[in-house]
Amino acid sequence: MIESFFNPEIIAAIWPIVLAGLLNTVLLSLIVVPLGLLGGLILALLATVHHPLVRWPLMAWVDFFRAFPPLVLLVLLFAGLPFAGLELGGFACVAIAFFLNTGAYYGEILRAGIDSVPAGQVEAGRSTGLSRLQAMTYIVLPQAVRNVLPDLMSNTLEVVKLTSLGSVVAVPELLFQARQAQSLTYNATPIVLAAIIYFLLLWPLVRLLSRLENRALAGRR
Amino acid sequence: MSTWDRFVETFFNAKVMVKYLPDILSGMVVTIELAVLIVLSGLFAGLVLALLRALAIRPLNWLIIFVVDLFRSLPPLVIIVLIYFGLPAAGVSPSGFVSTWLSLAFVLMAFSEEIFWAGITSIPKGQWEASRSTGLSFGQTLINVVLPQALRLTIPPLTNRTIAITKGTALGTVVAVAEILGQASSAVSNSYNPSPLMMGAAAYLVLFLPVVVAARWIETKFAWKR
Repeated sequence: MIESFFNPEIIAAIWPIVLAGLLNTVLLSLIVVPLGLLGGLILALLATVHHPLVRWPLMAWVDFFRAFPPLVLLVLLFAGLPFAGLELGGFACVAIAFFLNTGAYYGEILRAGIDSVPAGQVEAGRSTGLSRLQAMTYIVLPQAVRNVLPDLMSNTLEVVKLTSLGSVVAVPELLFQARQAQSLTYNATPIVLAAIIYFLLLWPLVRLLSRLENRALAGRR
Repeated sequence: MSTWDRFVETFFNAKVMVKYLPDILSGMVVTIELAVLIVLSGLFAGLVLALLRALAIRPLNWLIIFVVDLFRSLPPLVIIVLIYFGLPAAGVSPSGFVSTWLSLAFVLMAFSEEIFWAGITSIPKGQWEASRSTGLSFGQTLINVVLPQALRLTIPPLTNRTIAITKGTALGTVVAVAEILGQASSAVSNSYNPSPLMMGAAAYLVLFLPVVVAARWIETKFAWKR
């Protein structure tokens, strides 16, 4: 059992490969989380325009990405676009797919946050001479983000976990590296090691979230 | 041939689409089977864990919390790969279908336990005390008083999670499950044409868009009154 799941010799041998994967997972997360937040911010700001011509396409956009599996989007970009003469590479495909997919989720969360700030505050801000943009940036957004912070964090957790999809399009992140090491050694140890790393990396966030969520649901009655 | 014609010829090639339609349809059946199995077993296991947690047995609760945290922090694809490629070394060789089902059911179990549990703890202590003092047993209080209120509270977050996790059936393609994406990908490499992928994408929308729209409706119907 230990031989095939926690083989110390194999751990010693493949450690650098897995570590490089961990580094790439962290780097990838540092790129795709801000990208998704940017996409979400754009959607949430568009949602403040209460015009049917904006509202309906926006709703359709968000529903589309809630219904569409991120992996399918990624494969579509990676395997489909070359037929249109556009070869982007795994990394660019991951970035685009995450911008679209996680942007839609972040957008819904930020929209709810903006909705939670009473309209009177914008009116008050506007009447003191702030522009629309200033009122949004200095009055609404800071409170909106604070109100939905647990949801934002929970979505960020999902985004970091989702970076493991990169392995399907040969982005050398943690899971991809672990699978490479596994096929080199014919042993499951590298994958167990990767799982342990993911767990240690994300457990603190999960713990924090579960506290926040319990409190939020209990407080909402 | 204009650019548009070439585009249609490439991405929506009628001949290729007709040829691979049966494959995509059979992929849809597999996706539906997987999805139904995951939702039923995942939600059931999550509810059972939440009820066990209500018994307040310390060591058992620690174990439940650990399992829940574990499946919340591991990416679903890592769990699938671990079960599919790892378990054979322990003498069990689950198929890709079973690996995907188990993995996503565990993930849904973890997330739904958290949500069910939050629902149960949100019911004020006074209600427990009141029903116990009228002579209801612990089990009766839980089932007849606490759960009906708790479940109503959990429906909006639960539908969202369930959809997000069920979409993960596409991950099965990594371990050779012949669901929609798997069928579409192999059709693309056989025909050297991306049309099957477009059909696969459409198939996902056909399956999941109605669910998402229904979820939106449920969300507003059961929304918390602030």
